[in-house]
Amino acid sequence: MKEFSNRYIFIFSSIMVIAVATLLSLAATVLQPRQLKNLEIEKKKSMLESIGIPSIRESTESLYDKYINESFVLNSKGEVVDGVAAFPVELALEQKKPLEQQYLPVFLASTDTGEKVTIIPVQGKGLWGPIYGYVSLKPDMNTIYGVTFDHKGETPGLGAEINTSSFEGMFPGKQLYNGEKFVSIGVVKGGTKPGDIHGVDAISGGTITSKALEKMLKDCIVKYNDYLLKNRNQI
Amino acid sequence: MSNHEKEPMFSARNLKLLTGPIGTNNPITIQVLGICSALAVTVKLKPALVMALSVTIVVAISNVVIAAMRKYIPDRIRIIVQLVVIATLVILVDQFLKAYAFDVSKQLSVFVGLIITNCIIMGRLEAFAMANKPWASFIDGLGNGAGYGLILIIVAFFREFLGSGTIYGYPVMQKLGIYSLGYENNGMMILPPMALIVVGLIIWYQRSKDRTLIENK
Repeated sequence: MKEFSNRYIFIFSSIMVIAVATLLSLAATVLQPRQLKNLEIEKKKSMLESIGIPSIRESTESLYDKYINESFVLNSKGEVVDGVAAFPVELALEQKKPLEQQYLPVFLASTDTGEKVTIIPVQGKGLWGPIYGYVSLKPDMNTIYGVTFDHKGETPGLGAEINTSSFEGMFPGKQLYNGEKFVSIGVVKGGTKPGDIHGVDAISGGTITSKALEKMLKDCIVKYNDYLLKNRNQI
Repeated sequence: MSNHEKEPMFSARNLKLLTGPIGTNNPITIQVLGICSALAVTVKLKPALVMALSVTIVVAISNVVIAAMRKYIPDRIRIIVQLVVIATLVILVDQFLKAYAFDVSKQLSVFVGLIITNCIIMGRLEAFAMANKPWASFIDGLGNGAGYGLILIIVAFFREFLGSGTIYGYPVMQKLGIYSLGYENNGMMILPPMALIVVGLIIWYQRSKDRTLIENK
């Protein structure tokens, strides 16, 4: 192997670093608009999934405009905050603020049968990274219409199963309230008892993710408590 | 190479570079590299397949880049240079996936970043690309990527089939109606240790078939 002088090594590494930095920042800048657009479509797609409307990339935007017709944000007392758009609200950032200052987004959709469905975004911490999703409620603001969950990096085959239809399919029809009392939905290890309207089966091998999902549902939806109780039978 | 005659593109030597790592010089079962990712991504076939493809692309391209620069890379900082090349490629792959194949990138999530730490790539750069021409290095990269991918897919096949009862997401066991006979999925198969055991079985099988692979004491 040839010997190189220190001078050569310094120049070599400087040029290498500058070249790589230029290449990477160029790629990031050029690709960013497409990536942001992808994220936006992804968000709309998940919302549609939570009300049971599957979409492909090309159809997502038009379906979103068709079904989801109203959105607003609430404060922690369940009052509508004027002048704040709901769609760009990042739940992960909101959760870092004190509860009184948090914005709570709500999306209203009407289904093909004319039913008014309320969509609530949820966000929490899984085993390896964030988990998130949307929960949609029937007009009684109690019964679950549909859910969709997703995750950043849960273990494939274990925790990652939360985004499969076999897991999400257990939620519709379950109830958040026992009378006036908020009980949320439990994720039960070892399986639920028949007729349990407040629980679904946990994922075997994915206990930590299952528990995290249970906590996410409880923590996120309880903030909407006032709004949900107030609007129970109004729609 | 000492002789300066032009070597044909697919000479016997180059072909051996391609087929060797798939069989008798397999990166996982013989060189014992890349075991860590073999445990992580083999629960299901799909991530295993995409991981195999991504690693093949990254190892082939970084082999070419390093082989092309090999005479200019100072020996003392060669590991850093190799790492920079690998990391750059992986970030580029990740960015492109996010922009043009969003669904795939979502599925792979953290594993794309983990390609950087895959020891096969650095192993091949250090052992092969630093001393060979770009074309031979490219073939070596493809061969090693394929050898790695083959084991990944075999392991993932057994783990998904026995652990979840599906093949590439298709519920085979359910369609066969085996559950009604009292069969249950083996939950052990989806836990990481079983990947080691399956890899171990493959190594055992390969060595019992080819006695020359057994080291002399």
